[in-house]
Amino acid sequence: MKFLGVNKLIEIRQLTKQYGHIVAVSDLDLEIKEGEIFALLGPNGAGKTTTIRMLTMLTKPTSGTALINGYDVTRELDKVKKEIGVVPQHMNLDQELTAWENLELHGRLYKIPATERRKRIEELLQYVELEDRARELVSRFSGGMKRRLMIARALMHWPKVLFLDEPTVGLDPQTRRKIWDLIRRMNSEGMTVLLTTHYIEEAEILCHRVGIMDKGKLIALGTPGELKKRVGEVVVETFGGKDTGYKFFATREEALAYASQVDGDVLIRESNLEDVFVELTGRKVVD
Amino acid sequence: MDFYTVFWREMVVFRRTFIKFFASRLVSPLLYLVAFGWGLGRGLSMDGGSYLEFVVPGIVALSAMNTSFNAVGVSLNMSRLYHKTLEEYLIAPISASAFVLGKVLAGTVRGLVASLIILGLAFLFGAHLVVNGWFLLVVFLTCFLFAALGVVAAMTINSHEDMANFSTFVILPMSFLCGTFFSPDRLPKAVAYIIEVLPLTHASYALRALARGGEVLPISLAVLLGYAIALFLAGVWVVKKVR
Ligand SMILES: Nc1ncnc2c1ncn2[C@@H]1O[C@H](COP(=O)(O)OP(=O)(O)OP(=O)(O)O)[C@@H](O)[C@H]1O
Ligand SMILES: [Mg+2]
Repeated sequence: MKFLGVNKLIEIRQLTKQYGHIVAVSDLDLEIKEGEIFALLGPNGAGKTTTIRMLTMLTKPTSGTALINGYDVTRELDKVKKEIGVVPQHMNLDQELTAWENLELHGRLYKIPATERRKRIEELLQYVELEDRARELVSRFSGGMKRRLMIARALMHWPKVLFLDEPTVGLDPQTRRKIWDLIRRMNSEGMTVLLTTHYIEEAEILCHRVGIMDKGKLIALGTPGELKKRVGEVVVETFGGKDTGYKFFATREEALAYASQVDGDVLIRESNLEDVFVELTGRKVVD
Repeated sequence: MDFYTVFWREMVVFRRTFIKFFASRLVSPLLYLVAFGWGLGRGLSMDGGSYLEFVVPGIVALSAMNTSFNAVGVSLNMSRLYHKTLEEYLIAPISASAFVLGKVLAGTVRGLVASLIILGLAFLFGAHLVVNGWFLLVVFLTCFLFAALGVVAAMTINSHEDMANFSTFVILPMSFLCGTFFSPDRLPKAVAYIIEVLPLTHASYALRALARGGEVLPISLAVLLGYAIALFLAGVWVVKKVR
């Protein structure tokens, strides 16, 4: 594993957001270290996007605070703005502009001088492999191309932290892997990454630590390995005609002993993060 | 100079779509000129001049209003609710006033171009009008204030349909009643009273006086300036509190 800084780059304290009587995020406490790739997992409506929107100052918290690189997101807006890059859940590129112009607008908004801006745009378009589509209108791009351009845009001003809200949703496996590579590469160059995802293998493969949210609360936190240990590293799946049953064990021996007692089809395997997720958030699809 | 970045983006798009803009801005003034200047107004005289010369300043005023309001209002409303491109500006280290100024100036440019198109058409229709610096200043203020109204509407109205309703219930009646096609003193007193405080009325009055070769009307100028400042500040305020 690579070196992680000791600096806490993101410090979230008792962060809460209420929309009327809906509590979208409730008393969230979380620290993310410099150089970490951190994933927030959670079912639909868990509060992942709301958390990111508060950290990126698109909505005000109802209560609580968050510090990014020591700056308070509720008070030091201009300082925080320079530290963060944001790739939102929805496509929000300017469709009336070309790829180049989208990056140029961003560079101008962050006051990057013209020659440097030009260099940076060329460099980033190459980085996300869009250099030959630079002068095309974004409205003609495919979903994966748009997503890559959004990442390039978020990187324009050399942010310290990158927020990615479901960066690979709706992408084909090749493009998804390309984006993973991109995230790893940025991280190896020192960027801290906070992402949300519904693809659990994505969190497992890519992230140093994951947090699982459910109904606005953080219900589990740790490395994928730690979380698997927590529910049990061995799973016994039993199929009794209608539903599949899952039972978790710390060791293979315990699992075997259990499996020998049940009728029907039995499968013994190592647990994965998806098991952890399903076990902790409940099997029903929550909305 | 942050406002210039916002303005720059608008001008990139404006340049790209100029032909379409130009063509679409020809249609309604042409229809107004044909219907009210030529058709209805032929042989009619208003306050000693031809009806065409009476009506052109009114058409300039209402087109300045419509073009600037829609240029800012519709696109900003879509950008906030649908395309979400507004977030790019909200996340960026620029102030709300720079954002609003950039947008409003871009709307003003479109309104000014639309007004010049009408003046060109009117000239072809044979109208004799004086267009001087004061005239252009009044057009500028009219465009500016309605572009700022566009910001306020776009940031406070929460659906595309309601945005259209706002146009129908506020902008459209003003187009016809605010001294554009006839003098509001022909209206019932109570209505005329309301009309007198609306900015478009003063735009029509001021432009008409100037087009005839008269002096600038100080009260009208002050009213337009007051609206421009107030609506600009309101625009900055609503952008600030969007978070
Ligand atoms: N602008 C809003 N107004 C009212 N309620 C909202 C708003 N935004 C989010 N919510 C509510 O807050 C809760 C959390 O939503 P959020 O978008 O953060 O979930 P999420 O974890 O990102 O879900 P998904 O995986 O579906 O993207 C939901 O109940 C949602 O309805
Ligand atoms: Mg979400």
